[in-house]
Amino acid sequence: MSDINTKEPIDKANNGSPKPTSPNADRKLDFASFWEYSPAPENSDHVEIDERYNHFINGEFVEPVKGRYMKSINPANEEVLCEFAEGTSEDVDRAVKAARKAYEKTWSKISGKERGKYIFRLARIIQERARELAITETIDGGKPIRESRDVDVPLAAAHFFYYAGWADKLNYAFPGRKPKSIGVCGQIIPWNFPILMLAWKIAPALATGNTVVLKPAESTPVTALKFAEICRDAGLPAGVVNIVTGAGTTGSEIVNHPDVNKIAFTGSTIVGKIIQKSVAGTGKKITLELGGKGPNIVFEDAPLDQAVEGIVNAIFFNQGHVCCAGSRLLVQEGIADRLIQKLKDRMETLIVGDPLDKNTDIGAINSKAQYDRILEYLDIGVNEGAEMYQSSCSIPDNGYFCRPTIFTNVSQSNRIVQEEIFGPVLTIQTFRTPEEAIEKANNTPYGLASGVWTDKGSKIFKVGQAVRSGVIWSNTYNKFDPTSPFGGYKESGIGREGGLHGLYPYIKF
Amino acid sequence: MSVSVIQDFNQTIPIDQVGVEERVSRLNKRSIKKESKLQALKLALSMIDHTTLEGKDSKGKVIQLCSKAKMPYAPMPDLPSVAAVCVYPNMVATAKKALRDTAVKVASVATAFPSGMAQLGIKLDDTRYAVSEGADEIDMVISRGEFLKGNYTFIFDEIAAIKEVCGEAHLKVILETGELETLENVRKASDIAMYAGADFIKTSTGKISPAATQPVTLVMLEAIRDFYRKTGTMVGMKPAGGIRKAKEALQYLVLVRETLGSAWLSPDWFRFGASSLTNDLLMQIVKQETGVYQSINYFSND
Repeated sequence: MSDINTKEPIDKANNGSPKPTSPNADRKLDFASFWEYSPAPENSDHVEIDERYNHFINGEFVEPVKGRYMKSINPANEEVLCEFAEGTSEDVDRAVKAARKAYEKTWSKISGKERGKYIFRLARIIQERARELAITETIDGGKPIRESRDVDVPLAAAHFFYYAGWADKLNYAFPGRKPKSIGVCGQIIPWNFPILMLAWKIAPALATGNTVVLKPAESTPVTALKFAEICRDAGLPAGVVNIVTGAGTTGSEIVNHPDVNKIAFTGSTIVGKIIQKSVAGTGKKITLELGGKGPNIVFEDAPLDQAVEGIVNAIFFNQGHVCCAGSRLLVQEGIADRLIQKLKDRMETLIVGDPLDKNTDIGAINSKAQYDRILEYLDIGVNEGAEMYQSSCSIPDNGYFCRPTIFTNVSQSNRIVQEEIFGPVLTIQTFRTPEEAIEKANNTPYGLASGVWTDKGSKIFKVGQAVRSGVIWSNTYNKFDPTSPFGGYKESGIGREGGLHGLYPYIKF
Repeated sequence: MSVSVIQDFNQTIPIDQVGVEERVSRLNKRSIKKESKLQALKLALSMIDHTTLEGKDSKGKVIQLCSKAKMPYAPMPDLPSVAAVCVYPNMVATAKKALRDTAVKVASVATAFPSGMAQLGIKLDDTRYAVSEGADEIDMVISRGEFLKGNYTFIFDEIAAIKEVCGEAHLKVILETGELETLENVRKASDIAMYAGADFIKTSTGKISPAATQPVTLVMLEAIRDFYRKTGTMVGMKPAGGIRKAKEALQYLVLVRETLGSAWLSPDWFRFGASSLTNDLLMQIVKQETGVYQSINYFSND
């Protein structure tokens, strides 16, 4: 560079060696070799997880009538985390009776203002115990601590705060219509966002004066049981919130219990259909929040680098275990190569591994069953002739980990394009005109969420109105807020959760 | 480089500011601990362009600056020296002499720094003078007024002309992003500078607020990455002004690492234009090595 360095430069810096040459032949970017982040695990020493958890019925923890227990596995190391009660019809019946009694005696009688005070209290205790809840969520479900800390738990608290605010204002939410509570609500939630889905279900139910029997998923029951402790500590009247743990059969006991007035379910479309059949003709109200195969549409005038980030957030958030995930990328032909190149570069920087590490981007697949299912879909994709690309990241030897994956050269008729994979797997299709993008976006039984990426405002509205989705994000993806309704068209569900709309399923006039 | 790869600078590359800020905030969540922290602190130290650009600069001040640059902290002689000192053209010879037989480069601002409000001939003479005095690197400013008028060929030609008189000296092109205001302008100015032959692109003079910010730096790094993908030519990056804390420096390094990769994590390709950053890095290095914070009084203020 200059003639000053007559002597050999003193290599005190100890960096950049070997000195990179410019240019290198294949113009590849190397994201690994020189500066590796040291492990930065979140300290979990202070978090107590019991060896055995019981049902929470009528304000106290009670052993299951039949005495049977199931095991919850930490998917990041495949070790047993704890045991929890397996709910039978007897347990469900006890819980429903407790909920009914609480409904008749106290919860439907006290004023909205009083109910609001309790719900605000729940929200505040969730905030106080935020760190513990986040760590528990991560250990039990495998999601990265970055997400449970920054998304799941704060949003769960926000939902309680939001609906606490409605509790004494229902007459203003429905002016002139005298809203009334409906009774006992049976609620069944999935394993992908345990505490957050609990908040989506319980907060509006309590605010409107109903009592609940809630069943968390069998692979992620722990935060729901910690929430039971919170209900107890908040002095919530006994029986207002009951938590019964167990698997699918326990859920069906709740659905089929004659004294339940409303069913709220979040989970797979297959189970949703079964539930809808079961409650047909019973007079039970129902909300279903089911699967999706979200199209994420990127036009050539989109801000590309930000779109890449949006694609990553759409499909790799929570290992792709998101019902509204943007799992189908639709990209305008002219920019497809550049966009895919950028996406591949970005994927190289995703860190897959220990969910408790603060730098982890993608944690563990929630369960062995889901892991096998994703691997099966990878096989299906390859056999269908699609081109598979995975990032070169290292993954731990134990636990259920899947590299972020994209499939190119796919068609609308492929199973990997049609069916919900529920993992970090993205299919990429191209389109030429907005009409073609809309047609491909809508050509699916689902209709939960979509993304539209363009610099042009009018295009956002034109395409956004033509795509049949409950949620459309524009120039962003996977953004949630308690004030915003969420729910699906077609086989993605019935009813809305969140916002003012989220009150409707829990009231009658 | 063939003409066909040069972009049409009248076309604007869309940049979404909200998205850029979100990306930066996600990168800021990277937790840099233990060995990776110490490595990064030392790396950041070695990337500093130790700078004094004041009207009251004197030979004595520049000589002090140079000795700090050579040996930032005497109790730890194994620490890297900084990458360069950055001075006005009339101080180049002094700095050059003070840094003889070291690896520390001498960078000189030129082209009617900081405003750039002068005729091309004067800017060329300014540059020639700095080079003839021995500057290894030239930090030029672009004509922001012409840029905001949309006179992009003017900017391109001016940079190309300065590059020509730089000869062997490396050319850093200061965009003065605080005056360009939008990220789309930052992107466009970055592209023009790189296609016109810049060896480095640099955010700011340090005389305008805001100076370097992480969103601006990210957009420039992405421009460098796209340019590299297209042409195979590596271009360096220098955020300058306003970076005072070691923690911020580490955040910038994370931006580089996850946008351009390891090849750019070297003083050959990334620099910090700063003066007070040096001491904060030293304090943090001492803390990492000894376990305790040392008083600021133990670090020289040059």
